[in-house]
Amino acid sequence: MLMQRPSGIAGVTVIALILLAAAIGALAPPYDPTMVDFTTRLSPPSSAHWLGTDEWGRDVLSRLLSGTAVTVAVAGLTTLLVTISGALLGAFSGLAGGWLDRCVVALMDAFLAFPALVLAIAMTAVLAGSSLAPVVALGVAYLPYMVRVVRAHVLTLRGRDFIAASRVMGNSPAYTLLRHVIPNTVAPVLVMSTSLFGWALLAESALSFLGLGLAPPAASWGGMLADSRNYFADAPWLALAPGIAISGALLGINLFGDFCRDYFDRKTKD
Amino acid sequence: MIRYALTRLTLALPTIIIALFLIFVLIRLIPGDPAQLILGEVDDPAALARIRADLALDKPLPMQFLYWVLALARGDFGTSITMQSPVLDLLGPAFAVTASLVVPSVVIAALLALPLGMLAAWRRNTRTDTAVVAVSTLSLSIPAFWLGLMLLLLFGVKLDLFPVVGYVSLAEDFGEGLHYLALPVLTLALIEAGVLVRLVRASTVEVLQLDYIAHARAKGLTEVAVAGRHALPNVMGPTWTMIGLVLGGLLGGAVVIETVFSLPGLGRLMVEAVFARDYPLVQGCMVVVMLSYVGVNLLVELTAPLLCPAVRHE
Repeated sequence: MLMQRPSGIAGVTVIALILLAAAIGALAPPYDPTMVDFTTRLSPPSSAHWLGTDEWGRDVLSRLLSGTAVTVAVAGLTTLLVTISGALLGAFSGLAGGWLDRCVVALMDAFLAFPALVLAIAMTAVLAGSSLAPVVALGVAYLPYMVRVVRAHVLTLRGRDFIAASRVMGNSPAYTLLRHVIPNTVAPVLVMSTSLFGWALLAESALSFLGLGLAPPAASWGGMLADSRNYFADAPWLALAPGIAISGALLGINLFGDFCRDYFDRKTKD
Repeated sequence: MIRYALTRLTLALPTIIIALFLIFVLIRLIPGDPAQLILGEVDDPAALARIRADLALDKPLPMQFLYWVLALARGDFGTSITMQSPVLDLLGPAFAVTASLVVPSVVIAALLALPLGMLAAWRRNTRTDTAVVAVSTLSLSIPAFWLGLMLLLLFGVKLDLFPVVGYVSLAEDFGEGLHYLALPVLTLALIEAGVLVRLVRASTVEVLQLDYIAHARAKGLTEVAVAGRHALPNVMGPTWTMIGLVLGGLLGGAVVIETVFSLPGLGRLMVEAVFARDYPLVQGCMVVVMLSYVGVNLLVELTAPLLCPAVRHE
């Protein structure tokens, strides 16, 4: 299935490369990404520093790799947090119905009345300083999207015989939820999680570009881009590497997301 | 029509009230005395007491919320800690800057996306289609702030055609203002066109399978007439909704572009307020962003029946 779709293969390859880069960045970057060396300040790409060095003489490749680890960790944790809490809340709300459901929907609509990035920026103001701040801020901003998708899907499941049968058999609502409802929402949740991972990756880069991400000297893609602006004319490679990394990662995730959507669409039609 | 409009308005009201409550709660989630937070790091017992009274901090939480909303309705958004001026006076000009950036970008993006998306759907599974889809997927993947930086590097720094920093408002000097806005508008238009092209293409593919299109063709209409007269109105339905979402989202979400091009817009104001811990200003920015987001979407919903026949019949 996957092999027949070149865009699917490309997506999976890019995601594998990102994870590999994150692992190298976290475990064994070529240089210490925070090591300052003024003798090699702003040097262009060379055999010693493949992507050159920045204004502190730090190796750009090492910073890019360790930035990958940070960005992937933040985006991954956000996706995990939103997927689990969003799927549970959405399924619970859709299954419970009544005023509980209406309350959840009204609350989620209120969250959706803000652009996600604005909500995330405001949350960082509240959570200032905590190293989990970006994850929680982005998690809150994207939670309503997952709740909405899962709830809509659960509403279509609710009237189905197997859900009624589980209730008639005397199963508790919690058991019905976990055993019968949640497993049947895997496809839309998976498609949504893929999109979410991409959104979170982009939003994390945007937050750290604005200086609201993790504190320096920790490397991040957005932070590297923001710093590169001061040395634009003399050291354009500083702006190229992180930009290509973000774009490449998002392209891979988008291709994989399209592939997932097509795959599940076809499966439900069959 | 009027009944439709009134229903939509009433439906939006609870959302606005809960969203206002979220903004209100947000500031109270920050550890510390809200009055002290709003006053800033100043030791002034008299001012502190006055703010306590203004915020009705001795009253229960729902009453405090009510006082705050009533003050907002009077146009009293509080006083900025860092600028020492009414928050509303800061929000107005910033909103104008953001609107002059965002509205033209979305218009250009829509004008690019409609013909391109429809063309791709018409030529489905040909090279034209593949090329349009590839470019739009690519534009979806490039972060606006990086594209902006690259355009700035190329046209500003290398070719010296556009200014690299600073801002002149359109009201001050229209020609100069356009010069400063050109690159940021182009950046946003290119990025947002990517989202819209994919949507237009997908909607057109669906519409093309409907019987009335076959009927229009059987009547002997040219393909251009089929596209313009028959397909376009139904493609406009979902596209119009998406344009609203994009436009509303950008009114606060254009913050990264405003940062790249040093434009004193709404998003930029909010980020600076977050850095300065200027909570009344953060609150004010959120209120304006939320109201404009909800307002734009409401406007889109209200105008949708005028544009798309399918919505009218629902």
